Amino acid sequence: MTTEHAQQAEHALTPSSYIQHHLSFNTQSVGDGSFWTLHVDTLATSVVLGLLVMGLVWWVARGATAGVPTKRQAFVELVFGFVDDQVKNIFHGNRHSFIAPTALTVFLWVFAMNAMDFLPVDIFAKFMHSLGFDTWRAVPTSDINTTFALALAVWFLMIFFSIKAKGLGGWVHELFCSPFGSSPLVWPANFLFNLIEYVSKPLSHSLRLFGNMYAGEIIFLLLGMWAATGLAGTVFGAILGAGWSIFHILIVALQAFIFMMLTVVYLAMAHESH
Amino acid sequence: MNINFTLVAQAIAFAVLIWFTVKFVWPPLLKAIETRQKEIADGLAAAQEGKSALEVAAKKSEAALTEAKQKASEIIGQAEKRASQIIEEAKNNAKVEGDRIIAGAKAEIDQEVNRAKEGLRAQVSSLAVAGAEKILRKEIDAKAHSDMLSKLAAEL
Repeated sequence: MTTEHAQQAEHALTPSSYIQHHLSFNTQSVGDGSFWTLHVDTLATSVVLGLLVMGLVWWVARGATAGVPTKRQAFVELVFGFVDDQVKNIFHGNRHSFIAPTALTVFLWVFAMNAMDFLPVDIFAKFMHSLGFDTWRAVPTSDINTTFALALAVWFLMIFFSIKAKGLGGWVHELFCSPFGSSPLVWPANFLFNLIEYVSKPLSHSLRLFGNMYAGEIIFLLLGMWAATGLAGTVFGAILGAGWSIFHILIVALQAFIFMMLTVVYLAMAHESH
Repeated sequence: MNINFTLVAQAIAFAVLIWFTVKFVWPPLLKAIETRQKEIADGLAAAQEGKSALEVAAKKSEAALTEAKQKASEIIGQAEKRASQIIEEAKNNAKVEGDRIIAGAKAEIDQEVNRAKEGLRAQVSSLAVAGAEKILRKEIDAKAHSDMLSKLAAEL
């Protein structure tokens, strides 16, 4: 499949083949069946970014002094304080043991993965091509697997904390007795309500981020395609591309922030009993 | 758009990153920031303490100054009083001494006057005796009439 796309891209550069080529994952089969495939590009990019970002923060944190901070440390502390303030406003337990560091991880990692969208798509593709990777998706968060993995992880954490805070009985009780009350007559309605909530949470959580980043990538591809149509297309494609990039700075930061806030909200809600 | 094993791998990566942050990134940052917060709070408290101590010291020095002034004026008052007392005493002494001297002088003058009077009287009496002698010649015996003559001289 991959080679077929590559051949298409090299031989006949049509709009659909161009986009298709840019939206193809670098897949690696790890077993039988379509589930057992791995998106090498998504995984490698996200892991490298995660190590880079958290490693940088770790490097600064390791040398952090209580005295006058360096500019580097001050910047990390700025991010730290920003995340910590957000968590403090939402969650009123011991946030330092888990939720606040998780929020920091989510924010920085998602931000870094989103920020891959700033790299010019074609130049990056050319670069990866020169390294021998025919197809390479640069933005891990425009892969539904990434966003869904994060959202599902948060979802499991949510259930874990819910059970931890209220006990298994308390959690099951809440499934059937909230929000309408504990009368057996409304048990089905309550359960249905909670089921919808539990299903919709990871879906909206992951799809919001995925949709934004995927749409952003598509627009860059469309502008890149326009740029290939002639002088006017190049000029307007460049201008609009610059505009979209600037606007995308907002989206990248905002989506990372929203993803973090939802993570915190979900985990905080799990600690509250109804 | 297909869900596959990447999801599991990403979830594992996510879990590892969270573990890493919880374990290694968050605590030192938190510690540094909280230590600094405490240091700043302590510093502010110390500054406040110093300020109040300064105020207390200023009040104390003010009080000491007032007291010293009061004492000084008291001492000056006492000294003035003592000085006037001394002057008064000296005046009194001088007056007494003066009176004494005057009295002494008066007594001396009186004595002198008396002495002069005595001398004069003696001379007058001797003159009178001489005059009377001249008049009476031998009729009056100086020795026999010396009693009468001295009485006469005393009466003069």
